[in-house]
Amino acid sequence: MAILTLREALNQALTEEMERDPSVFIMGEEVAQYDGAYKVTKGMLAKFGPMRVVDSPISEAGFAGLGVGAAMCGLRPVIEMMTWNFAIQAFDQIINHAAKMLYMSGGQYKVPMVIRGPHGAAHMLGAQHSQCVDHMLVNCPGLKIVSTVIPAEAKGLMKSAIRDDNTVLFLESEMLYGRSGEVPEGEYTIPLGVGDIKREGTDVTLVAWNKMVLLALDVAAELEKEGISVEIVDPRTLMPLDEDMIFNSVRKTNRLVVLEEGWGVASFGCHIVDRVVKECFDYLDAPPERVTNLFVPMPYNERLEHEVMPTAERTISAIKAVLYK
Amino acid sequence: MAQKLSNQLLVAFYKEMLLGRRIEERVGQLYVQQKFSGFCHLYIGQEAVGTGCLNAIRKGQDYVITGYRDHFLPIILGMDPGMMLSELLGKVTGCARGKGGSMHMFSEKLRFMGGHGIVGGQVPLAVGAAWKIKYNKEDNVALCFLGDAAINQGQFHEALNMAAIWDLPCIIIIENNMYGMGTAISRTCSLNNLADRAKGYNMRQAIVDGRNVVNTYNQMKEIVEETRKTSKPILVEIQTYRFRGHSVSDPGNYRTKEEVEKERSRDCLILLKDIMLQQKAAKEDDFETYEEEIADIVEKAVTFADEAPEPGLEEIYEHVLV
Repeated sequence: MAILTLREALNQALTEEMERDPSVFIMGEEVAQYDGAYKVTKGMLAKFGPMRVVDSPISEAGFAGLGVGAAMCGLRPVIEMMTWNFAIQAFDQIINHAAKMLYMSGGQYKVPMVIRGPHGAAHMLGAQHSQCVDHMLVNCPGLKIVSTVIPAEAKGLMKSAIRDDNTVLFLESEMLYGRSGEVPEGEYTIPLGVGDIKREGTDVTLVAWNKMVLLALDVAAELEKEGISVEIVDPRTLMPLDEDMIFNSVRKTNRLVVLEEGWGVASFGCHIVDRVVKECFDYLDAPPERVTNLFVPMPYNERLEHEVMPTAERTISAIKAVLYK
Repeated sequence: MAQKLSNQLLVAFYKEMLLGRRIEERVGQLYVQQKFSGFCHLYIGQEAVGTGCLNAIRKGQDYVITGYRDHFLPIILGMDPGMMLSELLGKVTGCARGKGGSMHMFSEKLRFMGGHGIVGGQVPLAVGAAWKIKYNKEDNVALCFLGDAAINQGQFHEALNMAAIWDLPCIIIIENNMYGMGTAISRTCSLNNLADRAKGYNMRQAIVDGRNVVNTYNQMKEIVEETRKTSKPILVEIQTYRFRGHSVSDPGNYRTKEEVEKERSRDCLILLKDIMLQQKAAKEDDFETYEEEIADIVEKAVTFADEAPEPGLEEIYEHVLV
């Protein structure tokens, strides 16, 4: 298998889909002449020309809304947000327009659009560039939400997202665009709404997505030395959520920890715990635990930033808490 | 515009505007009778704007989008009045199956991209429609209606800038009825001519007297053809007035009686009637016939809507996702 970085895998998915379907175009800040702020769209302007790889002004609500209108009329826009922090400017278009168009038009107007870009903290970017947005978006009906940083998954899921007739929000991570992984050769897609067991285990279910998957894998390897077997469950798409995969895992391990980047108040982890407690109550041997960011804006200082993010230490103690160890 | 219109066209315009007037008056009554609830923004007084603009385009081919004052525009494009009214009443026979309501009329078939309730939020969508036109090398245009107050929203400015830098065939129409809810536009906008906002984007602009439908139609016809040809966007300010409050719950106390009376003397229907009599397009008696004809259409539509079924509860989960 080819070894590709996350940015190369995304680039490959976008390129293949644009070759396959002439109605797909990509628009965003610096996507064309600059080759992408994080180089995800590298080389695409030369290949597809300026009508299909389009540098936009810094107007997030404007070009997100352009995407909604173009999608209503039959095109399939991919809108790059330089980061999802900036996309907060476009929440009106995402929440009030894209998500609700199909419903309030009684099924007439589809909005087949992908909005993609990195979210979450990177490294010393300060409070306004470090936010996770999944919990802000996931409770609005009418959207699909993908969250992954694994190159092979990013390619397969991006191809599905572009072909989907709904608006799909695609959450990446700027820290991990350069991280490599094996990517299968040739054409393949990964269906939205199907999660993945990243590691099999028997003692505790650890639900994690986006870059928390990597922390989860580290923690699991560490705990294996102590004889604790962690099952890592990655939903990959937050909406629709592969609930059965989570429930089946919890019914096997009888213990649940949710590891999520972002604030824990009214978060997506709350939703997962709520669903598990409702559906798997009789199987649980301990109250579920959650590991989240501390409830503060992100500090700039490296040491403080590290402490605000979920740490291996806090994840390990959460796992030990549900194991009563 | 000195250009005269055929007698036939004048009669058609008059009947259309009269339909708009009478149907909205009836909508106001239905609201008072508690046949439906929610917000309800009437178009009374502004009929010449819709009729003048939408008869200047290729109906069903060019794209049209507007804000929340959206009952009359889809009818001009060809929607059955019963379908619009049953949407208002939340019936399954409505144009959005009773899930849109007063502010969210839609027709994909008529390329009516909807009524929208977030002030200014529809302007980028219109630019998106214009982007599709250019992308597919069509010669259609996208018409975007918005109220005067929407020109102070950020999305309006972002959209105008994009339409201008990319030469998109978008006709952005400010229906200047002088008030954003209860606040006079002179209190919220630094310009006298709202179309001057186009200057900041190096965009074409036009000001249209929206009381005189002949004038509106002729000027819009030129604008539409020019836009088709050049693919350059234009900002059009159409000056009009709403005779009622912002919505049915607004008595409009922020305007003096004298002001409203003065504006009513320039009612677009009276102006058109005068033109028709002058041009001998109709006789005084004919107007009674028009009234009867329209009253019949309106009552049939009301009966249809009133008797139509509610959506079934299974509709709740339909159309959340494709």
